[in-house]
Amino acid sequence: MKFAVIVFPGSNCDVDMYHAIKDELGEEVEYVWHDTESLEGFDGILLPGGFSYGDYLRTGAIARFSKVMKEVVKAAEAGKPVLGVCNGFQILLEAGLLPGAMRRNESLSFICKPVELKVETNQSIFTSAYEEGQTITIPVAHGEGNYYCDEETLANLKTNNQIVFTYKQNPNGSLEDIAGITNEKGNVLGMMPHPERAVDELLGGADGLKLFQSIVKSWREANVVKA
Amino acid sequence: MYKVKVFVTLRESVLDPQGKAVTHSLNSLNYNEVKDVRIGKYMELTLEKSERDIHAVINEICTSLLANPVIEDYRYEVEECVAQ
Repeated sequence: MKFAVIVFPGSNCDVDMYHAIKDELGEEVEYVWHDTESLEGFDGILLPGGFSYGDYLRTGAIARFSKVMKEVVKAAEAGKPVLGVCNGFQILLEAGLLPGAMRRNESLSFICKPVELKVETNQSIFTSAYEEGQTITIPVAHGEGNYYCDEETLANLKTNNQIVFTYKQNPNGSLEDIAGITNEKGNVLGMMPHPERAVDELLGGADGLKLFQSIVKSWREANVVKA
Repeated sequence: MYKVKVFVTLRESVLDPQGKAVTHSLNSLNYNEVKDVRIGKYMELTLEKSERDIHAVINEICTSLLANPVIEDYRYEVEECVAQ
């Protein structure tokens, strides 16, 4: 399986994401610059964390208009797995690929620490390798992770099992402790915690690796012809 | 030429953590008459006249980039001015 790590001016978790895929997961991966006009040949798209375009105006607001985002939208519509982490999640929200918006953390401070998450569902291509209800530890690092959506959207998220991860102890004021959601089709995931920073016990934990393994597993099941 | 002043504010239904912190701060300075503060953004745009209706252009700019309709409202004022 071949992944693209999209690099915007101001991305700063792109190298971690690349490392997670290449060295820990053992799959193919390439950096893709934000003004690239084609994502052909890639099976999965990763939007890393950082401060794209300085996060001027709003987080992710300017990045969503970069050339490559048209291709990301196409890939999402084609059903390819798209994962946005932290700033990547904020970009997916601004681009309308996921519903809702981000507000400043309730505490107004930047939060950087490992947090416990509950895997709300393992009926997702991103979480099939976890147990449902399992507690995992993944680091967060953000100033704007306070997820918001209106009541109707929230009801839809619940009905369609789109809430994939919740915080055990809410660090940022996010609605219903939401840490990560998918789109209705289930192939686009946005999450504030950084699974790519939790892929090796040497770095304090490897709970994030199963997320990437889940993506590969579902891709193999769909695309690799059984011998 | 037009000078356009755009005001972007969080929707009434959306909590404003910054505004809340400032309200508390003002109250602790004994301005007890302050009941609420909402923090927003103020932007000044300079636009050239074109064939397109100025209001259509500004509304498009605001909904596509300057404001996020999920959490923010906007309003604007237009002032016609002479090019320098």
